[in-house]
Amino acid sequence: MSTLRNLFGKFAAINSRYREPRIEMSGAVRLSLLVLRVYLLALVALMVYKFVLIVTRG
Amino acid sequence: MNFFARLYYPLRKAWKAVGLYLVIAGPGIVVMVADNDAGGITTYAATGAKYGYHLIWFLLILIPVAYYVQEMTVRLGAVTKRGHAEAIFDGFGAFWGWFSLLDLMIVDWLTLVTEFVGMTAALAIFGVPPWITVAAVIVLMAVIVLNGRYWTFEKLALLFCALNLVYIPGAFLVHPSVRDVLHQGLIPNFAGGFNGQLFFFLMANIGTTIAPWMLFFQQSAVVDKGMLEKDIPWGRFDTLLGSIVTVVVAVFIVIVTGTVLPGIDIDSAAQAALELMKTDRYVGTFLAIGLFDAGLLGAICISLASSWAFGEIFGWAHSLNTKIRQAPWFYATYFLMLITSGLVVLIPQAPLVLITLFVQVIAVTLLPAALVFLILLLNDRTTMGERCNTPGQNLIGGFIVASIIILSTLYGISVLFPNLFQ
Repeated sequence: MSTLRNLFGKFAAINSRYREPRIEMSGAVRLSLLVLRVYLLALVALMVYKFVLIVTRG
Repeated sequence: MNFFARLYYPLRKAWKAVGLYLVIAGPGIVVMVADNDAGGITTYAATGAKYGYHLIWFLLILIPVAYYVQEMTVRLGAVTKRGHAEAIFDGFGAFWGWFSLLDLMIVDWLTLVTEFVGMTAALAIFGVPPWITVAAVIVLMAVIVLNGRYWTFEKLALLFCALNLVYIPGAFLVHPSVRDVLHQGLIPNFAGGFNGQLFFFLMANIGTTIAPWMLFFQQSAVVDKGMLEKDIPWGRFDTLLGSIVTVVVAVFIVIVTGTVLPGIDIDSAAQAALELMKTDRYVGTFLAIGLFDAGLLGAICISLASSWAFGEIFGWAHSLNTKIRQAPWFYATYFLMLITSGLVVLIPQAPLVLITLFVQVIAVTLLPAALVFLILLLNDRTTMGERCNTPGQNLIGGFIVASIIILSTLYGISVLFPNLFQ
């Protein structure tokens, strides 16, 4: 139990240490990250679609 | 006498330079040659068998592509003294950090499975049962990393890199027509016209040249080796030499299968080795040995890339310069990845083909993110100072990154929907 608590504590410590991005969020950086999010969402949607196709077609 | 006296000093200077390079050499050449892993060998063997020498020119173009991307990790590692995972957490926050770390872990584990598939298939040609191969590989890799010195690991890895050159004598044994290689291979052309299948092969070759784990591995290796900013020129040379060696090996594999197996559909490098054995036993043996070596080198580097990344983020000791008692979690992660992926290959009826395809698709999700982060981090003047990307480097790097993202995405889509590009 204490090991699990330690592990969660470690995750919380990491999240707190890296809460704020250190890189200056200029317009170009924000745009790059936004495009990256859209790209990844589109890719995940494609994979889910493929998964559904496999499941429905057996 | 005067002539020899004049020659002595330049020669001594050159010898000193070679000596210095041998001290610095390592991360670049190891990561590049390890990139010719089991999956890479299969791709090159299939390319040669399908298109003969016609795509050699395309492989040569990949030299600067691989160099420009990996060179950025050398600068980033030498300046920040941080691995790629930690750099992403620090630069872009916990969300992108966790995304990269988890994605890296999944890609690395699945790729490790494919390395074991390659190694067991290669040794099965010589009658070695898969369980012996898996056990022997795990023991060998334990010996390589548990000596407590990065230097020893690196020199052993370089030895395995040298074994990767086995394809070069293999190509000479099949007596290819040098005239045909030069005429068909060096003049850009698309044999049989530009169609979906050719596009798939071009994308597969790009996909095997730049992999996400390579960025993480080289940057962490640069840090573990203790390279400083003043070592960057040598790190660049090391990376350039590595990218040339990796493509030269790829070209020789294409020459071997292009000469002996033209027009044959190749599904795996082990199948290519078996086919080659029917024509020339030695060449087939060379290909099988090379496949095993490629899988081994890939497995060593990939499992290390993950262990380094986890160590950086969780704050564990994470250096090959530490003993197992000093860095238990670092070595535990390394062996956990290795043993679990090795065991998957031993499961009867395991969906290995599905895993191989899945690797390519998942890698596509991590690669663009890792490349975008790399470019952005290299433009952070606060950290990089004068080692920041110049506009010229941004132009070249940006073009390469954009091209890789587009082509690798199309490759991922084509793996999911094979009929789309036919």
